[in-house]
Parts: sequence; C-alpha cells; structure tokens
Amino acid sequence: MTEVVTYKREAGKLDMQAEPMLLNIGPSHPATHATLKLIAELDGETILKLTPEFGYLHRCFEKESESHTWTQVVTYTDRLNYVSPLMNNVGYAMAVEKLCGIDVTERCKYIRVLISEFSRIIDHMVCIGTNMVDLGALTNFWYFWKPREEVYMHLIEPLTGTRLTTGYTRIGGMAWDLPDGWEEKARGVIEHVILPAIADVNALLTKNRIFIERTMGVGPITPKDAIALGFTGPCLRAAGVPLDLRKDETYLVYDRFDFDVPVGEEGDTCDRYMVRMEEMRQSVRIILQALDQLPGGPVNVDDPRFNLPPKQEVYGSIEGLMNHFKHIMDGVQVPAGEVYSATEAANGELGYYIVSKGGGGPYKIKVRPPCFPLFQGMPRLCEGGMIADLIAVLGSVNIIAGELDR
Amino acid sequence: MAEEKKSAVLETLVGKFGDDIVSTHSDFGDDTALVRRERIVEICTFLRDDPGLRFDFAMDLTGVDYLGEEPRFEVVYHLYSLEKKHRVRIKTRVPEEDPVIDSVIPVWAGMDWYEREAYDMYGIVFRNHPNLKRILMYESFVGHPLRKDYPKARRQPTIGPDE
Repeated sequence: MTEVVTYKREAGKLDMQAEPMLLNIGPSHPATHATLKLIAELDGETILKLTPEFGYLHRCFEKESESHTWTQVVTYTDRLNYVSPLMNNVGYAMAVEKLCGIDVTERCKYIRVLISEFSRIIDHMVCIGTNMVDLGALTNFWYFWKPREEVYMHLIEPLTGTRLTTGYTRIGGMAWDLPDGWEEKARGVIEHVILPAIADVNALLTKNRIFIERTMGVGPITPKDAIALGFTGPCLRAAGVPLDLRKDETYLVYDRFDFDVPVGEEGDTCDRYMVRMEEMRQSVRIILQALDQLPGGPVNVDDPRFNLPPKQEVYGSIEGLMNHFKHIMDGVQVPAGEVYSATEAANGELGYYIVSKGGGGPYKIKVRPPCFPLFQGMPRLCEGGMIADLIAVLGSVNIIAGELDR
Repeated sequence: MAEEKKSAVLETLVGKFGDDIVSTHSDFGDDTALVRRERIVEICTFLRDDPGLRFDFAMDLTGVDYLGEEPRFEVVYHLYSLEKKHRVRIKTRVPEEDPVIDSVIPVWAGMDWYEREAYDMYGIVFRNHPNLKRILMYESFVGHPLRKDYPKARRQPTIGPDE
C-alpha cells in the first residue's frame, strides 16, 4: 500500500531542452465548476506534475458550529455538498442521534431514505451533465438538468420550501412530514422525467464512439491505490471495490430494499460514468420500494427533550412557553461523549466526528468530506496524461468545493 | 466500559502493545483506543497489516483542542477495514509545548492532506511529512483557527498579490 508514495512519474521526457511550462487552472475557471485551483507542470500537452490547491470556499463550518446549538448546525450542513444538501442533513442528524441514543420513527427512516436517494440521483445527474459539458456534449447536460429541476420543483421545494438551504432534519426526526400528494408526485417524477432522461443520455452516450474514445482509459486507478488514497463512493466502486455503506454498514432501513451495487473494472472516467448511471437506476429501485413500504405515524420521536412543544401549549401554558424558550435558546441537550457516524453520500463516505461535552452545542465537529481524498488523488489520476484529459477526469470525480473546503 | 466487554479489535491491540495503549472504551458502539504518541506509526502499521484486523482504509484524521487539559491536543484517527467491515478510532495526546507526532503517510498515503489540515487548524506538527504547509488557510495567515483560544471574530491583516 506504500506504492503510491514511491510512485514516480517518468521524468526527463521534455521534447526540447526546455523548462516545463506552468499552467494555472482556476480558481475561477469554467471547467472547475467551483473555486478549485490546479497547477499543472506541462511538457507540451503532457502533465508532468499536478498540484491541486483549494480553500477558496472555506467558510469555517467547524469553527462556527462550535458556537451554535445542535439544531442550528443543521442549517450549516446544507452548505457542505450543495448539490445534494438533504444527504448532509440526514448524515448530521444521524450522528447526533447516535450520541443521544435516539431511535427515530419508522416513517422518519423511510423519508430519510427517500430524500437521500433523490439527492443521489440529482447529484449524479449534475456530475455527469457538467462532465459532458466540459467534453463538448451539451445536449446531455440539458437532458439531465431538466429532471433535476423537476425534482427541485415538485419534490424538494414543496417539502422544504427552498432549493438549496433545505435544513430539513431535526435531532430526533424531521422538521415536518411530507406534504399531501408527495408520494404520487414522486412516482410521477420518476416515471415521466427521471427514467426517460436516464434512457436518453444512455442512448446518446453509452455506446457513442466519440464518448468512449474520449473517456476510456482516461484517469484510471487501481483498487490498491484507490484504497490507499482513501477513495470512497462511485470513484472507488469504478475501480472494482464494492464498498457501499448502504450494504456494508447498513443504516436507516436500507437492509429492507433489494438493490445492487455496481462496480467498474479500470477505475477510469468511463467506468465512473457507468457506475453513476447504474447507481441512479438502483436509486430509482430503492425509491419505488420505499414508497410502497412507506408507513404512517409520526416523523418525530415522542420525547419532549428533543421535540419542540406543540404551538397550542406554547401559547396556552407557561410550561409550554418555557419549554419552547429553553429549546430555542439553550438547544437540545446532548450527553457528553464522542461519536463517528458515516453515511453513503453521493460522492462517498460522509463522516461526522462529533465531540460533545454535554449541553446545547457541540464541542467539536469534524466532517469527513468524500471529495477531500478524491481531490488529493487528482495527481495520481492525471500525471502522465494529457492536459485535456485533466478536464475530463476532474468532472468525473465530482469535486464539490462546498464540502471540500467546508 | 468494563474490562470483560472489550471488543475483539481492542483485545488484539491491547494484547500486542500492552502498556502503550493508555485506555480503551467502546462508548456508543465506537471502539476507541488512546495510545502513546511515540508508538503511533508502529501501532498503525500493525493495525493495517495484522490479518485479523486489516485496517486498510484511513477514513479520517483530525485534531481536537482540549484547552485547559494536559496534554492539550488530541490527534484522532478513524480507520475502516474493507475486508472485516469493522472500524476503530485511535487517539493520541500531544502537549502544547511540543505538539509533534510522527506522520502516518508511510502507512496510509491518503493521510497526507488530513495531516496538513490538522497542522493548519491546530498547529500540530507531523514529523517526516513531505510537504507540511497550510492547506485551507493561506501561507501568511497568523495562528491556528480551530484552537479554542483563537477568537472567532479575529481579523487578519489584508494580504496583497505578493503574499
């Protein structure tokens, strides 16, 4: 596993007696899709050395969360992976609930699965769509942007009121239940929008010779290197390692669904595309099963320590008002201790390490963003390749600066 | 946690390293071992290579500032085993006046940036790290922002393009 450390690029291949050329890509460049910077040392068009830099979108998530209450931090987690914010909400709530020893209600678990899988689908759509834009295949971008907007318009906005800053989970449940008719809308969006879009892009790309020649063998990685570098999610599975926390450390109610974990062989850009396409179909399977099984009942645990009191009590009794005030001003009281809780987010393992000293807010929160090791692996994927392939690889590993920089 | 409840992972670790494991617990279901910092690379290599443990994934590394406690800082490693599907948390304490610990990059290459981040945020120095410099902050940033004695609202001097 130490091979990566001793990995050497072929040096001294410069065509002429020349210095390598330094090329700055980013931090504000259309193909980085975020504030990332890549410093490429070039021999002609060949990348000799690649140095990724980031930090331009650092918003002090971890520092800020140390001076807020547990519930307030939920809104900060929206801004981590801003392409699938609901998944960050779910991961954070699960971590705090592990610390509190809360077992959330059945309906809450199903809703969390539903919103996570819809988020995974739109995250993969953004990834593939923007990746294809960078490679000149603009049509696919529009084919995938439309279903994403439909998911926002018909499912996420009616559910949370917003597109990005969802803040939908609470410690011990959700902010509120699904709106009326949400299940039917979800089925409609899947049947009429998501599945046709996947079929369209599949027809345009999967057997397209231009696409295959542009992506196959570009930015490959061996399973050994991918593990040593800490890759998770689609990028690891594309390399042939079937690690998926939904199966391997099953959480919520993922063990009740029948779904497959797709893996690739070469770990190249084409495999990453293939894995994401198949994962979207598997997410559709999970969503349909979850909608069939969706139970009734409350979405929040029946425990006044974690729930806001009903409004009639707040306005009708002094105890209710005091309870409400303590909840808002002091926050939910969480026992002292430390937990690490990981969920399978769209890009890989999203881990929360939380240290609590008891009381209304965290002592420390560390997020393990899936993009962090992926961006660290960029030199491994790109060195020795062509500069144009760098853009293809960067799009396919799906770096989200929001969670990378926190 | 009572002694007899120790999990298999912690059992193996304590059996091998004995007194170098300062304490263990499995609170909230997370196996945790506090180890001596002098042995961290040996312990990590053992965790990775032992056929019964096989911690091939280093998922996370971070620092924690326990201001007012002695030693002040903690370095926390979260490991995962693809084969055995188990996790462990390794912690080690470093004092404020000598916040130095050996780098575990030879064990897990992916720990490079995590160690840089812990250096950037807490000022923990990782010995033998090939490129220990700031990662989220800029080079001329003064102080380590996640330390508990770094005020949240502190302003840094404005920098120009030369810096």
